[in-house]
Amino acid sequence: MKRTRTTLAVAAISGLALLLGACAQGSASRSGTSSQSSPAGDTSSSSSQSSSGSSSESSPAESSGSNAPADAVTGDVTYMEFSANGGHEADLKKIVDAFEAANPGIKVTVETLPYADYFTKLQTAIAGGTAADAFELDYQHFVSYSASGALAPLANVDPSPYKKSLIDGFNMGGKQFALPESFSDVVLFYNKDLFDKAGVAPPNANWTWADENAAAKKLTDKAKGIWGDYQPISYNEFYKVLAQNGGQFFNAAKTAATFASPQGIAAAHQLIDRSGTVMPTAADGAGTPDFDTNLFKSGKLAMWHTGIWMFAALANVPFNWDIVVEPGNTNKASAMFANSVAVSATSKNAAAAQKWLEFLTSSDAMVSARLASGWELPPISDATKLGAYLDQPKPANRKAVFDALDNAVLPPTIERQQEMQDAIDNALTGAAAGHTKIEDSLPAAEKMVTSLLGG
Amino acid sequence: MTPTPASFAAARSADANDVIAVSGQGDSAQRDRHSGPEDTDRRSRGARRMRPGRRGSGWRNAGWVLVFLLPSAVPLLLFTVIPMLASIWVSLTKWNLISAPTFVAFANYRRLLTDPATLDYFLHTGAYIVGYLPLVYIGGLSLAYVLDKKLVARSFFRAAVFLPVITSWVVVALVWQWLLNPAHGVVNTVLGALGLGQPGWWTDPDWAMPSIILASAWKDLGFVMVIMLAGLQSIPGDVQEAATVDGATGWQRFRRVTWPMLSPSTFFVVVISLINGLQVFDQVFVMTGGGPQGATQVVVGQIYNLTFRYGRAGDAAALSWILFVVILAITAGQLAGQRRWVTHA
Repeated sequence: MKRTRTTLAVAAISGLALLLGACAQGSASRSGTSSQSSPAGDTSSSSSQSSSGSSSESSPAESSGSNAPADAVTGDVTYMEFSANGGHEADLKKIVDAFEAANPGIKVTVETLPYADYFTKLQTAIAGGTAADAFELDYQHFVSYSASGALAPLANVDPSPYKKSLIDGFNMGGKQFALPESFSDVVLFYNKDLFDKAGVAPPNANWTWADENAAAKKLTDKAKGIWGDYQPISYNEFYKVLAQNGGQFFNAAKTAATFASPQGIAAAHQLIDRSGTVMPTAADGAGTPDFDTNLFKSGKLAMWHTGIWMFAALANVPFNWDIVVEPGNTNKASAMFANSVAVSATSKNAAAAQKWLEFLTSSDAMVSARLASGWELPPISDATKLGAYLDQPKPANRKAVFDALDNAVLPPTIERQQEMQDAIDNALTGAAAGHTKIEDSLPAAEKMVTSLLGG
Repeated sequence: MTPTPASFAAARSADANDVIAVSGQGDSAQRDRHSGPEDTDRRSRGARRMRPGRRGSGWRNAGWVLVFLLPSAVPLLLFTVIPMLASIWVSLTKWNLISAPTFVAFANYRRLLTDPATLDYFLHTGAYIVGYLPLVYIGGLSLAYVLDKKLVARSFFRAAVFLPVITSWVVVALVWQWLLNPAHGVVNTVLGALGLGQPGWWTDPDWAMPSIILASAWKDLGFVMVIMLAGLQSIPGDVQEAATVDGATGWQRFRRVTWPMLSPSTFFVVVISLINGLQVFDQVFVMTGGGPQGATQVVVGQIYNLTFRYGRAGDAAALSWILFVVILAITAGQLAGQRRWVTHA
């Protein structure tokens, strides 16, 4: 009887220990400082540190107090990102290798995710206390993340290597919350062979919507499965066509959405009216991943509105193609996207993380990796370094990438970004499919977005 | 050798966080010792027999009972009970998962209950159930009836029908999305060859929910079939014989004898299917993502969106509790109604 009781006690205690261990681990990984006083918290926090690879001497407080030179920051940095996904992983690796060679004390571990899943994962990781030391943010999401306190303000950033408009875009209330990482714009890609075959003059920078629509009509050959045009029916296109038509997304004080103006309705019509006539519909597969890329690559799409990050994917297509600045209507406007990189507010290794990000965004190794591979453009101020980009053979009219920047519009951003984008996407796609009238759905979306501005 | 419904209740409750299934888990051990679902009312008697006082050693064994309970009690507490209770607190706050939550009392509930969109999510969920339940019940019952007969390779057919039940939802949803592809799908190719209309399926707001219902019914048919088959096999042969002797036709035997005696199985299927139907998510998420234009957005889908896409965890928790109350009310109503139409052998 005594034996059984001892066994029982041992079993119960080990069970309890397991339970406590699990609890301590959980709290330690959530907030590193609060559990450090308890012995259980100490062991688990040190184990979680070694598992994430950071060593204690690399914490920012201690590194600044150490007698080593200022640049002897060491430690391991985790970095989560999306923009290398789908073809540029090796280019990012080149930048990482160059950084690690220059900073032997720092090791960078990259985690790449597809854009579609990226922000769900990032938000969950931040909430769970497992966010990477540094991560990538697109311009659209920067506002909500910096406003929610997820980003650590960066100290002593030298703004001189960066294009001023870009670095200022990631400054909130005088604090630099992120560094510009890259920028890109959207241009009109076209299949030259299809234009020649149809006897249509290829697009030029002076084209308007009317020219594009007329050409699209001539180029579409449904019997052969050839579509004249493709422009995604989404928020990311809408704010731009709105600007091309002289409309305003918000009022000047940004207290109300104004995109359902007559200019806005006309802009929406330009997007949705082509669907099904010269542009494939959702039922044809539009909107599914890589649909448009595959359509263009198979030579069955004459004109395609997409970003310059697609250059590399089109390197080996068996037909002639080129680009041109997108047609406008009353105004010329091109979508510009900017990505940024930030240090997590909970990073234990902020100094090393910032050092990596500065290298990632301003080093010559980065510039050459980006230019050589036709990736998104480096955010640097020194235009002479960009010369190599124009020397690449395809597409011939690379100058259009920079011409488009003359009339660049940035995506409108608010704190409740995703809800706004969903509201506009639904209004547009519903009307495109003929289930609602854009004259009804766009004003409803406008009302909804205005209500989101309240927070 | 067919699994009993009780063991399914236990297996299903492992991944569902609904109250009914959780409470069902406790008595599933007792139910397993009986033969089938018709024992629902014997449960209380069984519990009385189980009372440990008989051997007078209740407290001496309490320690051991605790040790044996730990492996399931600890995860249950950590990952089900505590998060469930914590979600009450979350539902009273405004929380974007990143900054600290702020207490807003019942503002989330008030906003959700006055938002017409909330009703839409429940109506979409209801439309799913209305389409899904008859399809899966009649289909499952018919299959059970056929597979109860002496057939060649009967076990093979039973296993084949059951296979989708144990297949991952993501795989099933992707396969159905491909089958129902409006442009190149097998279904539309066949319909086109027959000269019939080719709907837009999951790309068309009117057809998206039927697409999901079709896939769901196909996947769950085997589950209902197994339950109904167990029910059929527990109907004593002499009752059928007596009916035959009394001159009942085949249809009359089914309508007056078999079907009423299947009512406990029917009850079980309806309760479980309703709860699962109210919690429908996986297939919607994979097949349509709630679209097109929100036409298939169901309650749990919106809970996901609120949390992981919109950063509104407080609203999501509140909507979870609203759903909980709805499920509780419906299930309580069913349990109350059970007395009137469920026949116990």
